[in-house]
Amino acid sequence: MSRTIDLQNVSRWYGNVVAVNDITMTIGPGVTGLLGPNGAGKSTVLHLIAGFLPPSRGTLTVGGKPSWRNPDVYKTVGLVPERDSVYSFLTGAEFIAATARLHKLADPEAATERAIGIVDMAAAQDRKISTYSKGMRQRIKVAAALVHDPEVLLLDEPFNGMDPRQRLHMMDLLTRLGGEGRTILLSSHILEEVERLAGTIQVIVSGRLAASGDFRAIRRLMTSRPHVFLVRTSDDRLLGSALIGSSAVTGVELTGRGLQVRASDYGAFSREIAGVARDRGIRLRELLPEDESLESVFAYLIES
Amino acid sequence: MLNRTVAAITLRAVFGRRRAIVFGLPPLVLILVTLALKASHPPSGSGWPGHVLGDFGFSVILPLTALIIGTSVLGAEIDDGSIVHLLATPVRRSSVIMTKFTVAALLTMAFAAVPELIAALIASGGAGRFAIGVFVGALAGSVIYNALFVMVSVLTTRAIAVGLLYVLVWEVVLGNFVSGARLLSVEQYSLGVANSIARDSNLNAGLNLRTAVIMGAIVTAVALVVATRRLSVFALKGDAV
Repeated sequence: MSRTIDLQNVSRWYGNVVAVNDITMTIGPGVTGLLGPNGAGKSTVLHLIAGFLPPSRGTLTVGGKPSWRNPDVYKTVGLVPERDSVYSFLTGAEFIAATARLHKLADPEAATERAIGIVDMAAAQDRKISTYSKGMRQRIKVAAALVHDPEVLLLDEPFNGMDPRQRLHMMDLLTRLGGEGRTILLSSHILEEVERLAGTIQVIVSGRLAASGDFRAIRRLMTSRPHVFLVRTSDDRLLGSALIGSSAVTGVELTGRGLQVRASDYGAFSREIAGVARDRGIRLRELLPEDESLESVFAYLIES
Repeated sequence: MLNRTVAAITLRAVFGRRRAIVFGLPPLVLILVTLALKASHPPSGSGWPGHVLGDFGFSVILPLTALIIGTSVLGAEIDDGSIVHLLATPVRRSSVIMTKFTVAALLTMAFAAVPELIAALIASGGAGRFAIGVFVGALAGSVIYNALFVMVSVLTTRAIAVGLLYVLVWEVVLGNFVSGARLLSVEQYSLGVANSIARDSNLNAGLNLRTAVIMGAIVTAVALVVATRRLSVFALKGDAV
């Protein structure tokens, strides 16, 4: 119960602008990804859950209790905000120890050591945070959010600014924490990050919950949509006639900008096109995906 | 009510910023001006100590020092967003406000009230009523101003501008020409307290002790309650929509 996040018909608006529109969802233990394009309302949802915004309408509880105007909720909730502002004049260890004392933990020193150990920052713990890289700051923020061993951990774009190795480390850490039975909710606008981590996702587009549930099912929906490519070649018409014979292609169109190809199977089309062109002596000059932006992926999700 | 960790972080933050250098300048100027006047004027009869410590000390040094300190103890954290790390803990919001206010008041006492005392001791040549009165008045001002400026820093991101407008327009201009404005002037509360001990007409105190104490207590209490309430509903901005 204390690990459940529950939103019932939650809306949040600023004046005439609706940031979050009638969202109902329940998030339980394990890693859940909050996915959506930039500006979709992910941060607003996280801030609502974290008690840093009141819902304009609807009810929102964490562990059965409202989080707005209820500082006691932070006894069981840890928050990693997106904004990179920490007390940069403190060392990593000082920051975590101060957080432990703010939580009134019985043994702040032991909790500090444990939290710093979890994020693998012991080597840099005595350096001032102002000297940390973006990835290190992100990890020290996670340590601060974990110092009181919370049952619910909320992370706003935790992979921003991290290099690939740091991302992998953070992914392993979050997977482990989720496996321990904690409720981990992370927001991201990068599909692949969430794919590796979260079994369950909540997709938010334009403030609405566009899809919710098992990641693989939603991913299948996303990958089965037709992909549109723009191809520029030495002979667009000849390539078009050749491609229409491929089972991976559902349509071709000659446009002023080049050949527009609709492919039903992204992978098969990508593998085939070079061979088809080579066999006919056509020179490929440019191959551009036309709708690769997340917005188009999400727009497709809403339609389906 | 007070939180040691919040106080420690606040002190580290205040002295970790360049602004901290600014604290030391106004009191230094006050003491230097006093020394210069002391060297060039005979203290008896001229009345300059009351003018310098009242007009310059209470109208400029004390409010500006309180403004710089009072708006930075909490306002800087709100501006840069680091306040989230403090607010995402179970610490009572009233405890955050009271601790920030106490730290700011004590720092202002150190950087404005103590220099006022030193300047008064130099000016009057000893620990008489004048020096004690000026010191106690400045202590009272340190408390009231900081309650006010901590509140302003929670209410607006333009706390320094709002504070400057209050000090320069309301207190200095209106307070000197409109007697009713004195009722809402922290400078006048401080001078009222100072004059009740110092009994120096050159301090230009416009309120008696009773009015100054009652109004000062009301303003302090109301400011702290408003600041606490406002911090309790501190909200983060969501996505750019």
